[in-house]
Amino acid sequence: MLKTPFYDCHVNSNAKLVEFCGYSLPINYGSQIKEHEAVRNDAGMFDVSHMQIIDLSGSNTKDLLRLMLSNDVSKLDKHGIGKALYCAMLNEEAGVIDDLIVYLLEDKYRIVANSGTREKDLAWITSKAKDFDVTVTVRKDLAILAVQGPKAISKVAMARPDITKQLTDLKQFSSFTAHGCFYARTGYTGENGLEIIIPNEQAITLWQDLLNVNIAPCGLGARDTLRLEAGMNLYGHDMDENINPLVCGMDWVVDLNDPKRVFVGKDKYLQIKKQAQHQVQIGVILEGKGVLREGQKIIIGDKESGTITSGTFSPTLKSSIAIARVNNNNVSTAKVDIRGNLEPIRFVKLPFVRNGKILIEE
Amino acid sequence: MYGNDMKFLKSHEWIKLEQDNIAYIGISDHAQSLLGDVVYLELPKVGQHINMHDTIGVVESVKAASDLYSPASGEVIAINEEAVNNPSILNSDPHLSGWLIKIKLSKTSELEQLINATDYQNLIC
Repeated sequence: MLKTPFYDCHVNSNAKLVEFCGYSLPINYGSQIKEHEAVRNDAGMFDVSHMQIIDLSGSNTKDLLRLMLSNDVSKLDKHGIGKALYCAMLNEEAGVIDDLIVYLLEDKYRIVANSGTREKDLAWITSKAKDFDVTVTVRKDLAILAVQGPKAISKVAMARPDITKQLTDLKQFSSFTAHGCFYARTGYTGENGLEIIIPNEQAITLWQDLLNVNIAPCGLGARDTLRLEAGMNLYGHDMDENINPLVCGMDWVVDLNDPKRVFVGKDKYLQIKKQAQHQVQIGVILEGKGVLREGQKIIIGDKESGTITSGTFSPTLKSSIAIARVNNNNVSTAKVDIRGNLEPIRFVKLPFVRNGKILIEE
Repeated sequence: MYGNDMKFLKSHEWIKLEQDNIAYIGISDHAQSLLGDVVYLELPKVGQHINMHDTIGVVESVKAASDLYSPASGEVIAINEEAVNNPSILNSDPHLSGWLIKIKLSKTSELEQLINATDYQNLIC
Protein backbone atom coordinates (compact mmCIF):
# COMPACT_ATOMS: atom_id res chain seq x y z
CA MET A 1 0.00 0.00 0.00
CA LEU A 2 1.10 3.57 -0.66
CA LYS A 3 1.64 5.99 2.21
CA THR A 4 1.03 9.74 2.21
CA PRO A 5 3.49 12.15 3.88
CA PHE A 6 1.11 12.27 6.87
CA TYR A 7 1.26 8.52 7.55
CA ASP A 8 3.22 8.79 10.82
CA CYS A 9 0.81 11.48 12.02
CA HIS A 10 -2.10 9.07 11.59
CA VAL A 11 -0.32 6.35 13.50
CA ASN A 12 0.54 8.77 16.32
CA SER A 13 -3.09 9.93 16.53
CA ASN A 14 -4.33 6.33 16.88
CA ALA A 15 -5.92 6.16 13.46
CA LYS A 16 -7.82 3.11 12.34
CA LEU A 17 -6.11 2.65 8.96
CA VAL A 18 -7.75 1.13 5.90
CA GLU A 19 -6.84 0.74 2.26
CA PHE A 20 -8.34 3.44 0.02
CA CYS A 21 -7.42 3.92 -3.67
CA GLY A 22 -4.21 2.01 -3.00
CA TYR A 23 -3.25 4.22 -0.03
CA SER A 24 -3.17 3.48 3.69
CA LEU A 25 -5.51 6.15 5.12
CA PRO A 26 -7.50 6.71 8.33
CA ILE A 27 -11.16 5.73 8.29
CA ASN A 28 -11.44 7.32 11.75
CA TYR A 29 -9.42 8.11 14.87
CA GLY A 30 -11.92 6.53 17.29
CA SER A 31 -15.36 7.86 16.37
CA GLN A 32 -16.38 9.16 12.95
CA ILE A 33 -19.49 10.72 14.49
CA LYS A 34 -17.37 12.77 16.92
CA GLU A 35 -15.10 13.83 14.04
CA HIS A 36 -18.14 14.85 11.99
CA GLU A 37 -19.39 16.99 14.87
CA ALA A 38 -15.95 18.60 15.28
CA VAL A 39 -16.15 19.83 11.68
CA ARG A 40 -19.73 21.10 12.00
CA ASN A 41 -19.03 22.93 15.29
CA ASP A 42 -15.30 23.70 15.38
CA ALA A 43 -12.48 22.57 13.07
CA GLY A 44 -11.20 19.26 11.72
CA MET A 45 -8.42 18.23 9.35
CA PHE A 46 -8.30 15.56 6.64
CA ASP A 47 -5.25 14.12 4.88
CA VAL A 48 -6.36 14.14 1.22
CA SER A 49 -2.89 13.68 -0.27
CA HIS A 50 -4.16 10.67 -2.20
CA MET A 51 -5.91 13.10 -4.58
CA GLN A 52 -4.12 13.91 -7.81
CA ILE A 53 -2.65 17.35 -8.54
CA ILE A 54 -1.95 18.08 -12.20
CA ASP A 55 -0.37 21.38 -13.22
CA LEU A 56 -0.83 22.51 -16.83
CA SER A 57 1.24 25.26 -18.42
CA GLY A 58 1.98 26.52 -21.93
CA SER A 59 0.52 29.01 -24.34
CA ASN A 60 -2.49 26.86 -25.26
CA THR A 61 -3.57 25.73 -21.82
CA LYS A 62 -6.76 27.77 -21.70
CA ASP A 63 -7.84 26.40 -25.10
CA LEU A 64 -7.19 22.83 -23.98
CA LEU A 65 -9.21 23.31 -20.80
CA ARG A 66 -12.09 24.98 -22.68
CA LEU A 67 -12.24 21.87 -24.86
CA MET A 68 -11.80 19.30 -22.12
CA LEU A 69 -13.95 20.60 -19.27
CA SER A 70 -17.72 21.08 -19.05
CA ASN A 71 -17.35 24.40 -17.26
CA ASP A 72 -15.71 27.35 -19.01
CA VAL A 73 -12.34 28.39 -17.51
CA SER A 74 -12.44 31.73 -19.36
CA LYS A 75 -14.87 32.81 -16.61
CA LEU A 76 -11.89 32.78 -14.22
CA ASP A 77 -10.14 35.66 -15.97
CA LYS A 78 -12.43 38.34 -14.59
CA HIS A 79 -11.93 37.08 -11.01
CA GLY A 80 -8.16 37.02 -11.25
CA ILE A 81 -5.31 34.78 -10.18
CA GLY A 82 -6.28 32.20 -7.58
CA LYS A 83 -9.91 31.70 -8.60
CA ALA A 84 -11.30 28.15 -8.61
CA LEU A 85 -13.89 26.41 -10.79
CA TYR A 86 -15.70 23.09 -10.17
CA CYS A 87 -16.04 21.09 -13.39
CA ALA A 88 -16.96 17.78 -14.88
CA MET A 89 -14.66 16.18 -17.43
CA LEU A 90 -16.96 14.46 -19.94
CA ASN A 91 -16.42 11.77 -22.53
CA GLU A 92 -17.96 11.86 -26.03
CA GLU A 93 -21.18 10.29 -24.68
CA ALA A 94 -21.44 13.10 -22.10
CA GLY A 95 -20.64 10.58 -19.36
CA VAL A 96 -18.64 11.88 -16.40
CA ILE A 97 -15.01 10.78 -16.48
CA ASP A 98 -14.33 12.66 -13.23
CA ASP A 99 -15.30 15.74 -11.26
CA LEU A 100 -12.51 18.15 -10.35
CA ILE A 101 -11.56 21.68 -9.37
CA VAL A 102 -9.35 23.80 -11.62
CA TYR A 103 -7.49 26.88 -10.31
CA LEU A 104 -6.19 29.80 -12.38
CA LEU A 105 -2.68 30.45 -11.03
CA GLU A 106 0.11 32.90 -11.86
CA ASP A 107 1.87 30.89 -14.56
CA LYS A 108 -0.34 27.80 -14.89
CA TYR A 109 -3.68 26.12 -14.25
CA ARG A 110 -3.87 23.56 -11.45
CA ILE A 111 -6.30 20.64 -11.46
CA VAL A 112 -7.10 18.70 -8.28
CA ALA A 113 -8.92 15.47 -9.15
CA ASN A 114 -9.96 12.20 -7.57
CA SER A 115 -7.53 9.50 -6.62
CA GLY A 116 -9.58 6.52 -7.75
CA THR A 117 -9.61 7.89 -11.29
CA ARG A 118 -6.02 9.09 -11.39
CA GLU A 119 -4.72 6.76 -14.07
CA LYS A 120 -7.56 7.25 -16.52
CA ASP A 121 -7.67 11.03 -15.86
CA LEU A 122 -3.97 11.41 -16.62
CA ALA A 123 -4.22 9.26 -19.76
CA TRP A 124 -7.20 11.28 -20.99
CA ILE A 125 -5.62 14.68 -20.28
CA THR A 126 -2.28 13.66 -21.81
CA SER A 127 -3.93 12.41 -24.98
CA LYS A 128 -6.02 15.58 -25.39
CA ALA A 129 -2.96 17.76 -24.66
CA LYS A 130 -1.03 16.26 -27.61
CA ASP A 131 -2.67 18.71 -30.02
CA PHE A 132 -1.85 21.73 -27.87
CA ASP A 133 1.27 23.50 -26.63
CA VAL A 134 0.77 22.33 -23.05
CA THR A 135 3.05 20.72 -20.47
CA VAL A 136 1.28 18.28 -18.15
CA THR A 137 2.96 17.78 -14.75
CA VAL A 138 1.71 15.43 -12.05
CA ARG A 139 2.74 16.93 -8.69
CA LYS A 140 3.81 13.95 -6.61
CA ASP A 141 5.97 16.32 -4.55
CA LEU A 142 2.95 17.93 -2.87
CA ALA A 143 0.71 16.87 0.03
CA ILE A 144 -2.84 18.11 0.67
CA LEU A 145 -4.56 18.81 3.99
CA ALA A 146 -8.19 19.92 4.13
CA VAL A 147 -9.04 21.97 7.23
CA GLN A 148 -12.78 22.47 7.59
CA GLY A 149 -15.26 23.97 10.04
CA PRO A 150 -16.48 27.36 11.31
CA LYS A 151 -13.24 27.84 13.27
CA ALA A 152 -10.91 26.36 10.61
CA ILE A 153 -9.61 29.57 9.08
CA SER A 154 -9.14 31.40 12.40
CA LYS A 155 -7.27 28.42 13.86
CA VAL A 156 -5.01 28.10 10.81
CA ALA A 157 -4.29 31.84 11.22
CA MET A 158 -3.26 31.16 14.85
CA ALA A 159 -0.80 28.54 13.62
CA ARG A 160 0.40 30.71 10.71
CA PRO A 161 0.10 34.30 12.00
CA ASP A 162 2.25 35.77 9.21
CA ILE A 163 -0.51 35.09 6.66
CA THR A 164 -3.42 36.21 8.84
CA LYS A 165 -4.35 39.06 6.48
CA GLN A 166 -4.33 36.88 3.36
CA LEU A 167 -6.43 34.26 5.16
CA THR A 168 -8.95 36.84 6.38
CA ASP A 169 -9.21 38.44 2.92
CA LEU A 170 -9.45 35.12 1.07
CA LYS A 171 -12.72 34.93 -0.87
CA GLN A 172 -14.81 31.78 -1.33
CA PHE A 173 -13.52 29.57 -4.13
CA SER A 174 -10.29 31.48 -4.35
CA SER A 175 -6.66 30.77 -3.39
CA PHE A 176 -3.25 32.29 -2.73
CA THR A 177 0.33 31.07 -2.41
CA ALA A 178 2.66 32.16 0.39
CA HIS A 179 6.15 30.77 1.18
CA GLY A 180 5.63 27.91 -1.26
CA CYS A 181 2.34 26.84 0.37
CA PHE A 182 -0.98 27.01 -1.45
CA TYR A 183 -4.18 27.90 0.44
CA ALA A 184 -7.59 27.52 -1.22
CA ARG A 185 -10.94 28.38 0.30
CA THR A 186 -12.61 25.25 -1.02
CA GLY A 187 -13.80 22.04 0.58
CA TYR A 188 -15.94 18.93 0.57
CA THR A 189 -17.91 19.40 3.79
CA GLY A 190 -20.34 22.30 3.31
CA GLU A 191 -18.46 24.28 5.97
CA ASN A 192 -16.08 27.20 5.63
CA GLY A 193 -12.45 26.14 5.48
CA LEU A 194 -9.29 25.57 3.47
CA GLU A 195 -7.54 23.02 1.35
CA ILE A 196 -3.82 23.49 1.90
CA ILE A 197 -1.23 22.15 -0.57
CA ILE A 198 2.31 21.96 0.75
CA PRO A 199 5.62 20.35 -0.21
CA ASN A 200 5.74 16.79 1.17
CA GLU A 201 8.59 17.58 3.57
CA GLN A 202 6.45 20.23 5.33
CA ALA A 203 3.47 17.96 5.93
CA ILE A 204 4.33 16.67 9.39
CA THR A 205 5.20 20.13 10.75
CA LEU A 206 1.91 21.55 9.45
CA TRP A 207 -0.04 18.68 11.07
CA GLN A 208 1.70 19.17 14.40
CA ASP A 209 1.15 22.96 14.34
CA LEU A 210 -2.56 22.47 13.63
CA LEU A 211 -2.88 19.81 16.36
CA ASN A 212 -1.40 22.37 18.73
CA VAL A 213 -4.26 24.81 17.99
CA ASN A 214 -6.81 22.06 18.64
CA ILE A 215 -7.84 21.07 15.15
CA ALA A 216 -9.21 17.52 15.29
CA PRO A 217 -7.85 14.79 13.00
CA CYS A 218 -10.74 13.45 10.89
CA GLY A 219 -10.92 10.35 8.71
CA LEU A 220 -12.63 9.08 5.58
CA GLY A 221 -15.73 8.02 7.49
CA ALA A 222 -16.49 11.56 8.63
CA ARG A 223 -15.53 12.90 5.20
CA ASP A 224 -18.31 10.82 3.67
CA THR A 225 -21.04 11.77 6.17
CA LEU A 226 -20.09 15.46 5.88
CA ARG A 227 -20.13 15.60 2.08
CA LEU A 228 -23.40 13.69 1.87
CA GLU A 229 -25.10 16.08 4.30
CA ALA A 230 -23.72 18.89 2.10
CA GLY A 231 -25.30 17.29 -0.98
CA MET A 232 -21.96 16.77 -2.73
CA ASN A 233 -21.44 13.95 -5.20
CA LEU A 234 -18.98 11.11 -4.70
CA TYR A 235 -17.46 9.85 -7.95
CA GLY A 236 -17.96 6.18 -8.61
CA HIS A 237 -21.20 6.22 -6.63
CA ASP A 238 -23.40 9.23 -7.43
CA MET A 239 -21.99 9.36 -10.93
CA ASP A 240 -19.60 7.50 -13.23
CA GLU A 241 -18.74 7.29 -16.93
CA ASN A 242 -22.21 6.03 -17.78
CA ILE A 243 -23.98 8.92 -16.07
CA ASN A 244 -24.44 12.35 -17.65
CA PRO A 245 -24.54 15.63 -15.67
CA LEU A 246 -28.31 16.07 -16.08
CA VAL A 247 -29.16 12.98 -14.06
CA CYS A 248 -26.68 13.48 -11.24
CA GLY A 249 -27.36 17.10 -10.34
CA MET A 250 -24.38 18.46 -12.26
CA ASP A 251 -26.07 20.38 -15.08
CA TRP A 252 -25.00 23.59 -13.36
CA VAL A 253 -21.32 22.84 -14.11
CA VAL A 254 -22.00 22.55 -17.83
CA ASP A 255 -21.54 26.07 -19.23
CA LEU A 256 -23.39 26.63 -22.52
CA ASN A 257 -23.16 30.44 -22.47
CA ASP A 258 -20.62 30.64 -25.30
CA PRO A 259 -22.32 28.92 -28.25
CA LYS A 260 -18.99 28.94 -30.13
CA ARG A 261 -17.22 26.89 -27.45
CA VAL A 262 -16.74 23.29 -28.49
CA PHE A 263 -16.19 20.87 -25.62
CA VAL A 264 -16.02 17.09 -25.41
CA GLY A 265 -19.50 15.66 -24.86
CA LYS A 266 -21.36 18.85 -25.82
CA ASP A 267 -23.41 17.42 -28.69
CA LYS A 268 -24.59 14.37 -26.78
CA TYR A 269 -25.31 16.51 -23.73
CA LEU A 270 -27.53 18.87 -25.74
CA GLN A 271 -29.37 15.88 -27.23
CA ILE A 272 -30.15 14.45 -23.79
CA LYS A 273 -31.15 17.87 -22.46
CA LYS A 274 -33.75 18.22 -25.23
CA GLN A 275 -35.34 14.92 -24.17
CA ALA A 276 -36.48 16.24 -20.76
CA GLN A 277 -37.66 12.72 -19.85
CA HIS A 278 -34.45 11.90 -18.06
CA GLN A 279 -34.00 10.87 -14.47
CA VAL A 280 -33.13 13.47 -11.85
CA GLN A 281 -31.08 13.61 -8.68
CA ILE A 282 -32.88 14.09 -5.38
CA GLY A 283 -32.19 13.95 -1.64
CA VAL A 284 -33.84 11.23 0.44
CA ILE A 285 -34.59 11.01 4.15
CA LEU A 286 -35.54 7.73 5.76
CA GLU A 287 -38.55 8.22 8.04
CA GLY A 288 -37.90 5.85 10.91
CA LYS A 289 -34.87 3.77 11.74
CA GLY A 290 -32.19 2.04 9.71
CA VAL A 291 -29.60 3.15 7.16
CA LEU A 292 -30.06 3.92 3.47
CA ARG A 293 -27.40 2.33 1.30
CA GLU A 294 -26.20 2.47 -2.29
CA GLY A 295 -28.15 0.17 -4.61
CA GLN A 296 -31.40 0.10 -2.64
CA LYS A 297 -34.42 0.44 -4.91
CA ILE A 298 -36.95 3.25 -4.62
CA ILE A 299 -40.60 2.38 -5.21
CA ILE A 300 -43.19 5.01 -6.20
CA GLY A 301 -46.72 3.66 -6.27
CA ASP A 302 -45.97 0.07 -7.20
CA LYS A 303 -43.18 0.74 -9.63
CA GLU A 304 -39.44 0.61 -9.15
CA SER A 305 -38.59 4.22 -10.00
CA GLY A 306 -35.04 4.82 -8.92
CA THR A 307 -31.99 3.88 -6.86
CA ILE A 308 -30.06 5.14 -3.88
CA THR A 309 -26.66 6.19 -5.27
CA SER A 310 -25.10 6.86 -1.88
CA GLY A 311 -26.48 6.72 1.64
CA THR A 312 -25.41 7.04 5.24
CA PHE A 313 -26.50 8.02 8.73
CA SER A 314 -26.52 11.80 9.25
CA PRO A 315 -25.10 12.78 12.65
CA THR A 316 -26.56 16.30 12.25
CA LEU A 317 -30.11 15.17 11.36
CA LYS A 318 -29.87 12.00 13.47
CA SER A 319 -31.51 9.94 10.77
CA SER A 320 -30.46 8.22 7.59
CA ILE A 321 -30.08 10.32 4.42
CA ALA A 322 -29.16 9.55 0.86
CA ILE A 323 -28.62 10.89 -2.63
CA ALA A 324 -30.76 9.12 -5.22
CA ARG A 325 -31.45 9.03 -8.94
CA VAL A 326 -35.16 8.71 -9.74
CA ASN A 327 -37.66 9.08 -12.56
CA ASN A 328 -38.87 12.67 -12.68
CA ASN A 329 -42.05 12.83 -10.61
CA ASN A 330 -44.25 15.08 -8.47
CA VAL A 331 -44.42 13.00 -5.32
CA SER A 332 -42.83 13.96 -2.02
CA THR A 333 -42.91 10.53 -0.37
CA ALA A 334 -42.16 6.99 -1.52
CA LYS A 335 -40.77 3.68 -0.27
CA VAL A 336 -37.32 2.14 -0.28
CA ASP A 337 -36.57 -1.59 -0.28
CA ILE A 338 -34.26 -2.27 2.68
CA ARG A 339 -33.35 -5.96 2.81
CA GLY A 340 -36.80 -6.98 1.60
CA ASN A 341 -38.83 -4.54 3.71
CA LEU A 342 -40.51 -1.46 2.19
CA GLU A 343 -39.67 1.53 4.43
CA PRO A 344 -41.13 5.04 4.07
CA ILE A 345 -38.91 7.81 2.66
CA ARG A 346 -39.33 11.52 1.94
CA PHE A 347 -37.78 13.41 -1.02
CA VAL A 348 -36.01 16.69 -0.28
CA LYS A 349 -34.00 19.19 -2.29
CA LEU A 350 -30.24 18.96 -1.71
CA PRO A 351 -28.27 19.97 0.33
CA PHE A 352 -29.43 18.73 3.71
CA VAL A 353 -27.00 20.91 5.69
CA ARG A 354 -24.89 23.98 4.83
CA ASN A 355 -22.61 25.95 7.21
CA GLY A 356 -23.89 23.93 10.13
CA LYS A 357 -27.52 24.78 9.45
CA ILE A 358 -30.14 22.18 8.58
CA LEU A 359 -31.74 23.47 5.39
CA ILE A 360 -34.46 20.92 4.84
CA GLU A 361 -37.81 20.73 6.65
CA GLU A 362 -37.44 18.31 9.54
CA MET B 1 -11.22 -7.03 28.80
CA TYR B 2 -12.78 -10.45 28.23
CA GLY B 3 -13.71 -11.77 31.67
CA ASN B 4 -13.91 -15.45 32.51
CA ASP B 5 -17.63 -15.01 33.10
CA MET B 6 -18.10 -14.40 29.33
CA LYS B 7 -18.62 -16.99 26.63
CA PHE B 8 -18.72 -16.29 22.88
CA LEU B 9 -19.93 -17.20 19.45
CA LYS B 10 -17.48 -16.91 16.51
CA SER B 11 -19.76 -14.14 15.28
CA HIS B 12 -18.70 -12.04 18.30
CA GLU B 13 -21.80 -12.23 20.50
CA TRP B 14 -21.12 -12.77 24.23
CA ILE B 15 -23.28 -14.30 26.93
CA LYS B 16 -22.94 -14.02 30.75
CA LEU B 17 -24.82 -16.37 33.06
CA GLU B 18 -26.24 -14.91 36.27
CA GLN B 19 -28.23 -16.94 38.82
CA ASP B 20 -31.47 -18.87 38.22
CA ASN B 21 -30.65 -19.52 34.52
CA ILE B 22 -30.87 -15.82 33.70
CA ALA B 23 -28.25 -14.65 31.19
CA TYR B 24 -27.30 -11.43 29.39
CA ILE B 25 -26.34 -11.25 25.71
CA GLY B 26 -24.38 -8.55 23.88
CA ILE B 27 -21.69 -7.98 21.26
CA SER B 28 -17.97 -7.95 22.02
CA ASP B 29 -15.61 -4.98 22.10
CA HIS B 30 -13.93 -6.45 19.02
CA ALA B 31 -17.27 -6.47 17.19
CA GLN B 32 -18.02 -2.82 18.00
CA SER B 33 -14.58 -1.78 16.85
CA LEU B 34 -15.10 -3.59 13.53
CA LEU B 35 -18.51 -1.97 13.06
CA GLY B 36 -17.66 1.61 13.94
CA ASP B 37 -20.31 4.00 15.30
CA VAL B 38 -23.49 1.98 15.91
CA VAL B 39 -26.59 3.95 14.87
CA TYR B 40 -29.50 1.48 14.91
CA LEU B 41 -30.56 -1.71 16.70
CA GLU B 42 -33.25 -4.24 15.90
CA LEU B 43 -33.89 -6.55 18.83
CA PRO B 44 -36.35 -9.40 19.50
CA LYS B 45 -39.56 -8.78 21.42
CA VAL B 46 -39.94 -9.43 25.14
CA GLY B 47 -41.65 -12.81 25.52
CA GLN B 48 -40.21 -14.11 22.24
CA HIS B 49 -38.67 -17.61 22.33
CA ILE B 50 -35.28 -17.76 20.62
CA ASN B 51 -33.05 -20.70 19.70
CA MET B 52 -29.27 -20.94 19.73
CA HIS B 53 -27.82 -19.70 16.41
CA ASP B 54 -31.10 -18.01 15.38
CA THR B 55 -30.81 -14.57 13.77
CA ILE B 56 -32.47 -12.50 16.48
CA GLY B 57 -31.77 -8.96 15.38
CA VAL B 58 -29.55 -6.46 13.60
CA VAL B 59 -26.77 -4.16 14.75
CA GLU B 60 -26.34 -1.39 12.19
CA SER B 61 -23.44 1.02 11.96
CA VAL B 62 -22.75 3.74 9.43
CA LYS B 63 -20.56 1.19 7.69
CA ALA B 64 -22.68 -1.96 7.61
CA ALA B 65 -25.66 -3.90 8.94
CA SER B 66 -24.65 -6.95 10.93
CA ASP B 67 -27.00 -9.79 11.88
CA LEU B 68 -27.17 -10.65 15.58
CA TYR B 69 -27.07 -14.38 16.39
CA SER B 70 -28.22 -15.94 19.64
CA PRO B 71 -25.62 -17.80 21.70
CA ALA B 72 -28.38 -19.71 23.54
CA SER B 73 -32.02 -20.81 23.60
CA GLY B 74 -34.69 -19.40 25.88
CA GLU B 75 -37.29 -16.70 26.49
CA VAL B 76 -36.48 -13.01 26.09
CA ILE B 77 -37.39 -11.38 29.40
CA ALA B 78 -35.98 -7.92 28.73
CA ILE B 79 -34.24 -5.84 26.05
CA ASN B 80 -32.00 -2.85 26.69
CA GLU B 81 -34.22 0.13 25.80
CA GLU B 82 -31.44 2.55 26.68
CA ALA B 83 -29.25 0.98 24.01
CA VAL B 84 -32.10 1.09 21.48
CA ASN B 85 -32.50 4.83 22.06
CA ASN B 86 -28.79 5.52 22.24
CA PRO B 87 -26.93 2.86 20.24
CA SER B 88 -23.55 4.53 20.85
CA ILE B 89 -23.50 2.73 24.24
CA LEU B 90 -22.46 -0.37 22.30
CA ASN B 91 -19.32 1.43 21.24
CA SER B 92 -18.48 2.94 24.63
CA ASP B 93 -19.43 0.03 26.94
CA PRO B 94 -20.22 -3.13 24.95
CA HIS B 95 -19.74 -5.59 27.83
CA LEU B 96 -21.73 -3.89 30.61
CA SER B 97 -24.23 -1.10 30.01
CA GLY B 98 -24.27 -2.06 26.31
CA TRP B 99 -26.00 -5.43 27.04
CA LEU B 100 -28.74 -6.13 24.50
CA ILE B 101 -30.96 -9.00 25.66
CA LYS B 102 -31.81 -10.58 29.02
CA ILE B 103 -32.88 -14.19 28.56
CA LYS B 104 -34.20 -17.06 30.70
CA LEU B 105 -32.24 -20.06 29.39
CA SER B 106 -34.11 -23.21 28.44
CA LYS B 107 -31.04 -25.41 27.85
CA THR B 108 -28.06 -24.37 30.04
CA SER B 109 -26.01 -27.26 28.61
CA GLU B 110 -25.74 -25.30 25.36
CA LEU B 111 -23.24 -22.96 27.06
CA GLU B 112 -20.65 -25.74 26.95
CA GLN B 113 -20.59 -25.47 23.14
CA LEU B 114 -19.50 -21.82 23.29
CA ILE B 115 -15.98 -20.36 23.10
CA ASN B 116 -14.38 -19.29 26.41
CA ALA B 117 -12.66 -15.93 26.96
CA THR B 118 -9.09 -17.16 26.42
CA ASP B 119 -9.94 -18.94 23.17
CA TYR B 120 -11.97 -15.94 21.95
CA GLN B 121 -9.01 -13.65 22.57
CA ASN B 122 -6.82 -15.96 20.49
CA LEU B 123 -9.46 -16.09 17.80
CA ILE B 124 -9.53 -12.33 17.29
CA CYS B 125 -5.77 -11.78 17.28
